[in-house]
Amino acid sequence: MSQKLMSIKINDNIRLEIAGENALMLYFSQHGHSQKQITAVVNQDINSNVQQATQLIKKHLSTDIVDLIPSYASILVMFNLLEIDHHHLKNKLKKLLANCTNQLSKQGRLIELPAYYSLESGQDLPRIAEKAQMSIEQVISLHQAQEYRVYAIGFAPGFAYLGEVDERIAMPRLASPRLKVPKGAIAIADRQTAVYPAQSPGGWNIIGLCPIDMFNPEGQPTMPVSVGDRVKFVAIDKQQYNALLGSTLGGNGSISQNSGYSI
Amino acid sequence: MTQVNRTKIGLLVTNAGVLSLVQDGGRFGAFSLGLTNGGPADSLAFYWANRLCGNELNTSAIEISIGGLALTAQLDCIIAVTGAPMPLSINGKPKSFWRSFSVKAGDNISFGFAAQGVRCYLAIAGGFVIRESFGSTATVCRESVGGLRGDKLEINDVLPYKQLASMKDKPRKLMLAIDDQPKYVNEVVLHTVLGYQRRHFSAIEKRMLFSSEYQVSKHWDRMGYRLQGRPIKADIEGILSEGISYGAVQIPADGQPIVLLNDRQTIGGYPKIGSVISQDCAKLAQLKEGDKVRFEPISISQADNMFHLNLAQFNKTKLIVCD
Repeated sequence: MSQKLMSIKINDNIRLEIAGENALMLYFSQHGHSQKQITAVVNQDINSNVQQATQLIKKHLSTDIVDLIPSYASILVMFNLLEIDHHHLKNKLKKLLANCTNQLSKQGRLIELPAYYSLESGQDLPRIAEKAQMSIEQVISLHQAQEYRVYAIGFAPGFAYLGEVDERIAMPRLASPRLKVPKGAIAIADRQTAVYPAQSPGGWNIIGLCPIDMFNPEGQPTMPVSVGDRVKFVAIDKQQYNALLGSTLGGNGSISQNSGYSI
Repeated sequence: MTQVNRTKIGLLVTNAGVLSLVQDGGRFGAFSLGLTNGGPADSLAFYWANRLCGNELNTSAIEISIGGLALTAQLDCIIAVTGAPMPLSINGKPKSFWRSFSVKAGDNISFGFAAQGVRCYLAIAGGFVIRESFGSTATVCRESVGGLRGDKLEINDVLPYKQLASMKDKPRKLMLAIDDQPKYVNEVVLHTVLGYQRRHFSAIEKRMLFSSEYQVSKHWDRMGYRLQGRPIKADIEGILSEGISYGAVQIPADGQPIVLLNDRQTIGGYPKIGSVISQDCAKLAQLKEGDKVRFEPISISQADNMFHLNLAQFNKTKLIVCD
């Protein structure tokens, strides 16, 4: 096996690795660390670099590429084996991304998501409060205080990974995932937070409910947030939650009610 | 759209079977929304079904898992069934797989259950007329996307298709010679390209993976096949969540490999040692609990060769005209 061909340094920030028969992986890191063991670093600047590279690949290599999965610090590049082979694609990526280095992240749009935090809607609030040795109100207030970045979209349709929550309220995933997490559940896993776009199994800790549809297949846009956006949660009460249930967010972040669509 | 589509005449589902799904070539280009690929679990059998019907290879067909599907044709049509053998009958009379044949309006098409393999494909000449969502008709139940309503077929569903009379050139009846038909077995070799977190698996762990036999556990579906056997350890527990390709071999904390297939989640945080090549993923998707697999390492260049050889073989295989 040609081990040498398997990992390529593109620049000080980007390393290329094989993923599969028709897939290459680009790993991003901070300046000068690309050859070291990649540890789990969540970083806005790295994520901006990922976004920048994603745009470049979409713009210049669209005929070769089947699809891209950008994430926190990586891009999975799936290519069309009838158009290009891994060797030529590697060379194209090397050339295209040679000067794609860490940049200060640009300010994304600010999206406000209403959040109904309560014991009724957030069954794991007491556990988080206990672990953090603070009151439930303090947990809620810390979750609201932070402005989160949309680092990645994936796992399930409309699932946006938001980071990072205050260290004090970080909470590991449940040892055994729940079979049903309700649609709209606002949840925490380690220092990530997210809104479940649809009812699904899940192991994140539930702290509240968001009435806004996070994935609307018939909608324009399909999702209220995109990677790079900033998200803030704004507390609402049960009455407001019921009134807003099933609403969508427009491109400008304004709430439009009665979408009439529910998944 | 056509009259056919408005009035919903087509194949009427009279028994939905265990798991019957509309699938086309798969959904590509919607990863940014978190949508996975879907598509035929055994792409080779799926392509043959369409070729036998004179269709474009990615035309929508029905993937029948395990069996039990029964349909009534409401219009004359030509169909072909390929894949894991299940007893197939038209109005109670047995019919063969791997050939296209005429079905008359009012005919009942019914499937028994697979004795060997898991999935077969029913394609129809001219294709089903089904609205695409996000560029594809592929059904992914977990995502409620594709098919007729984002779910498996149910009794009284109607799959509309183009009436034969309205087709310009009626397709010839074709068959695939027995020697060219794929065989469905209980043991598969999974050729695997090392990648992803391969550096986090020691040489010994890799050797163990490639020298051990694994069994398909009871957790096998279109999302992935969880295997049982010698546990493989990574020197890390988790990774920063990243994209997952078709065939990725994920090693969770318990060390039991999971090969991720068509309906996999798009992003995940377990270490991966590499990916199984697509032609072997299609074979894996025909296995069930207790069946056996072995992993065999190959380079990406060998994988590339195998892909193109396989494709060339498919393209050069001639169908026999039998009408």
